[in-house]
Amino acid sequence: MESFFSRYRNALVLIAVLVAQVIGLAVQVRRPDPNSPDKGGVRLIRSWVVGVVTPPEMLLHGTGKGIRGLWSNYVDLIHVRKENKQLKSELDHLRLEEDSLAEDARQGQRLQALLGFREKYVYQTVAAQVIGTSGTEQSHVLLIDKGSRDGIKPDMPVITPDGIVGKTRDVFRHTSQVLEVSDATSGAGVILERTRIRGVLRGDTWGQPEIVSLSPDERIQRGEPVLTSGGDAIYPRGLAVGTVERVVPQPEGTLVNVLVKPAANLSRLEEVLVITSTGEEMPAEMQQDLGDAQQKASDVLAEKLPSRIDPNAPPDTQPDTSKESADDAVTPPVRPPQPLHPDHFTPSGTPPAAELVPGQKITNAQSSVEGGSESNAPQPPKPETSKPQTSKPQTSTPASPAPKPPRSAAKPKPKPTATPGDPAPKQNQTPGQQPPAPAQATPPQGGA
Amino acid sequence: MVLMASSRHEVGAKSFPLVIYIVVPLLALGLQSLLSLHLARFDLIDLPLLVTIYYAITQREPVSATLVGTVIGIAQDGLTHHALGIFGISKAVIGYMAASLGVRVDTENHGARLLLTFGFTLAQTAVLWMLQRHMLGQPYAWHGFHEIIRAAANALLGVFLFALLDLTRRTEY
Repeated sequence: MESFFSRYRNALVLIAVLVAQVIGLAVQVRRPDPNSPDKGGVRLIRSWVVGVVTPPEMLLHGTGKGIRGLWSNYVDLIHVRKENKQLKSELDHLRLEEDSLAEDARQGQRLQALLGFREKYVYQTVAAQVIGTSGTEQSHVLLIDKGSRDGIKPDMPVITPDGIVGKTRDVFRHTSQVLEVSDATSGAGVILERTRIRGVLRGDTWGQPEIVSLSPDERIQRGEPVLTSGGDAIYPRGLAVGTVERVVPQPEGTLVNVLVKPAANLSRLEEVLVITSTGEEMPAEMQQDLGDAQQKASDVLAEKLPSRIDPNAPPDTQPDTSKESADDAVTPPVRPPQPLHPDHFTPSGTPPAAELVPGQKITNAQSSVEGGSESNAPQPPKPETSKPQTSKPQTSTPASPAPKPPRSAAKPKPKPTATPGDPAPKQNQTPGQQPPAPAQATPPQGGA
Repeated sequence: MVLMASSRHEVGAKSFPLVIYIVVPLLALGLQSLLSLHLARFDLIDLPLLVTIYYAITQREPVSATLVGTVIGIAQDGLTHHALGIFGISKAVIGYMAASLGVRVDTENHGARLLLTFGFTLAQTAVLWMLQRHMLGQPYAWHGFHEIIRAAANALLGVFLFALLDLTRRTEY
């Protein structure tokens, strides 16, 4: 017996080591605990390894970051002024877009409230530095420099401004593991933005995210955005995931997989955000931001749009009647130009209807004779059809000859003159407000 | 024959200072984790595997090589989200095989090191594939050409790394 052990000592040691590890694997696989996947000594080993490996990584990462910051903040400042100007212009543009989106968001909230759908809003995030990876192709795991001390817990979503990255898995005191969405064992509920097809996203064996087991649909096109659906109870709804790259049929069966190009650059991550708190109501800060954005957007809009006093506009030769018309709150009607030779179609060349006799022919000569004195002095047309009673004809167009008072008391019903297309009411109107109704701007006042 | 040990000098066991036994594996794990973050496709390289192979072929002691491979492999498992023991088992097997071959093969030759590393990298992938695909039922695809590229990259880097580590050892007769 002794010779057996001494003869096969090496092989026996190997077998013993392998058997011990296989038993350890079996225990881990057979007793998964969702709250604490690795308990006792197993957890301790992982914690030890991470605790030994991550401090030098954090040191190296911090040193490199400091050097890069020194270069970018003090040395490499070429074209900063020009870039700042461009960014300001872009910011103005984005404010306008934000205003539009805010209105869409409010509309979406109203519709969701009608449908009884509750959306998760991001309340709080923790910024973290990526300090390492698993180092293998089989495990798409990141190490970040924030842990339980910073409020991180397992299964918290990790994102970048571009899109989702993954979720936290094992959380240690100062560091955490992040399982990327490109890992084959990950899973995220997603929805295609245009076609509204829902699916589950996970990584393939090459590490590329894919939506698995979808029914073939010709509407799925390359470039279609993919968003989180919120159905997995981890990722908030509406976060960017990526875009459709191509559709590949599954080897067996009739279903297809949709390969997704991730929005976040998963191979070059430096900083990420861990969502530590979500809620079902829009946070107060976000509501304040939306209000501010609307106010700023209206200011920008007022600056960008042509106003009544436009410095670039050609000089106005017409007299300013705004003061007088402001008293009446009525814009003077637009008058046609004066005819050189009044004819049958001239507004003032036709006698009033009360003086007309049925069957009598109206000739130009008659009208020219009757209005001979008037033909010498061209008379402006009577703005009866568009002038309310409160307007004063003699003051509305002082540059033109005074129109004759109406010969008859019968007047047509005045039309509202302040139409939505008029620029004057828009000056005080914010983009978020409803434009005033024309009837409210100039209510008809007893026309006939 | 190039691959056969021809003298006692060549089969003499090599030892390292104790600090090297601790620092080099930790350095390999740390660099593997850090460089994969900043260098694209560095995850093709497996520095802990190279260290395991080097210790095995230079010590030529299967028991110690098995234990060293186990420790390094489990530590590497700690950086992943896999169950602890996947890399531990694979590197224990590789350590045992490398140490057993190191007794019979001239491991001082760079060509032999190149071929051994190439073969052991493929062997580790095979063990991992068997463990994950057939024992744990997890997705693991065998991409033939990709695995050959990975083995070649590890073999080439291993030649330079082994020459570097040779500077730290002392020969015992």
